[in-house]
Amino acid sequence: MKMKSKWFKTIIMATAAVTCMGMLASCGSTSDSSDNTISLAGSTSMEKVCEALSESFMNENPDYKVTVEYTGSGAGLEALEAGSIDIGNSSRALSDEEKEKGAVENIVALDGIAVITDKDNTVSDLSSKQLADIYTGKITNWKDLGGKDESIVVLGRESGSGTRDAFEELMEVADKCEYAQEIDSTGGVLATVASTPGAIGYVSLDVVDNTVNSVKLNGVEATEKNILSGDYQLQRPFVMATIGKVEKQKNAVQKWFEFVNSDEGQKIIKEQGLIIPEK
Amino acid sequence: MERRILIERTAKQIFLLCGIVAILAVCSITIYMIAKGTPALSRVGVSHLIFGTEWAPTASEPSYGILYIILSSIVGVACSVAIGAPIGLMTAVFLSEIANKRLASLVQPAVELLAAIPSVIYGLLGLMILNPLLYKMEKIIFEESATHKFTGGSDMLAAIIVLAIMILPTVINVSTSSLRAVPDSLRSSSLALGATKIQTIFKVVIPAAKSGILTGVVLGIGRAIGEAMAINMVAGGAVNIPLPFNSVRFLTTQLVSEMGYAAGLHRQVLFTVGLVLYVFVMIINLVLLRMKRGGQLDD
Repeated sequence: MKMKSKWFKTIIMATAAVTCMGMLASCGSTSDSSDNTISLAGSTSMEKVCEALSESFMNENPDYKVTVEYTGSGAGLEALEAGSIDIGNSSRALSDEEKEKGAVENIVALDGIAVITDKDNTVSDLSSKQLADIYTGKITNWKDLGGKDESIVVLGRESGSGTRDAFEELMEVADKCEYAQEIDSTGGVLATVASTPGAIGYVSLDVVDNTVNSVKLNGVEATEKNILSGDYQLQRPFVMATIGKVEKQKNAVQKWFEFVNSDEGQKIIKEQGLIIPEK
Repeated sequence: MERRILIERTAKQIFLLCGIVAILAVCSITIYMIAKGTPALSRVGVSHLIFGTEWAPTASEPSYGILYIILSSIVGVACSVAIGAPIGLMTAVFLSEIANKRLASLVQPAVELLAAIPSVIYGLLGLMILNPLLYKMEKIIFEESATHKFTGGSDMLAAIIVLAIMILPTVINVSTSSLRAVPDSLRSSSLALGATKIQTIFKVVIPAAKSGILTGVVLGIGRAIGEAMAINMVAGGAVNIPLPFNSVRFLTTQLVSEMGYAAGLHRQVLFTVGLVLYVFVMIINLVLLRMKRGGQLDD
């Protein structure tokens, strides 16, 4: 019995030691601002593309160190103005006020969202107001929109999803949506819309296939062309803002933009389901 | 002689080491869950978190109430056990008391096969068969309702039905073996006293096997509360009051669906959700442990 309690103590100690070491390790890193570091901060929606870009960039240029923080577009641009970071990530266009303070809008990608319905749905065109009313629960039947007498099943993504974030922000329905289902993947939304009569959902433009109908928004079809021309409303730019033009930045930052605009960088952006803006 | 002792000792050490791995795993998981789950409790406030009904972690004024999620888990598991346990018990009675050997040898493997089917298959079948059926039902029931939010059949009822089927093998297997363990002398005595077969089963055999059957039911509850995949596929996933035709989210599916992109306090709260789930599982296990001890005393 005595033996047993001794062992037990040892085990508890060992576990505690391991936990403490883990905590210490996570506190250890601090950033130094030498010329070979590039610091980015801002939009949480840009997390996936930034992670992919910085990983490949550091693989290619092992001498450089990229740190990205995801604090939100507004906070990122404030930090840029304060001079504490090199690049401010923003998933919206810069305001005039921000531009006046010297921020330059370098658009690296466009994020498009398509609204989809099931194949048997006869409604092919919605206005922004109608779409917002559907998502806030004011319109609940397709017959009110000129379609069949079929209840609308409102599908969306889980909180924290970049697509949901973008959709709610662009439609100005943030925190007001009444979802019938919250699905945790793009593929899941696509499959559920395809198999549920009366369903409506939103997904990244690049995954839309022929199992669903893509709805026109204000008469404009969701295509890459209409996004590039700016006619399609459900889109937002991914901006990597700098104070002053890219050419005036320190070498490391110029190198970063060179990489982003290189074939490889553009390929990575496309792999994230984003659209390359026209230069 | 010496070699034999050496082998004995080495073997003993190896077994001890293996034993420690399990203890170490349980201890480190417990410590990790508490360390990760408690910060959000103090940051958000226990009452706001546990008794709040609004879940809006990414809103401009975030709200982290998980009451509906906890309730969904409790209601869902309770209802599925209320459906699954009687069916399971009756199947066990059939297998051990009523069916002849040939029929039992057909049903028994079928039950065991049911236990081996991965939960994602249950989810898939629920998605393909149950959800469309329930959507038809939903449309008929709420035809006149102006306020009902149509879920497309992904609702609490679907989760309950899938869970009820999933806990069947656990309940059946444990109950069957405990029914079979009841000595035949009890059955013979009952029959000799003039009781019918059914009377014997319900008044003598089942009470005698009570603790074993309850163990099966509690194990079933444990399986149901920890299930994530199947529920995630059929229950809709919006946070709502747990009513039969509402899309709901369980503690498990809450973690599965939001862990991917959650950051900051949102992520911490998800760890707290994990802690709540962990506490529930611990309580169920303690009940089980007590029951097993109680069963031994009865013998």
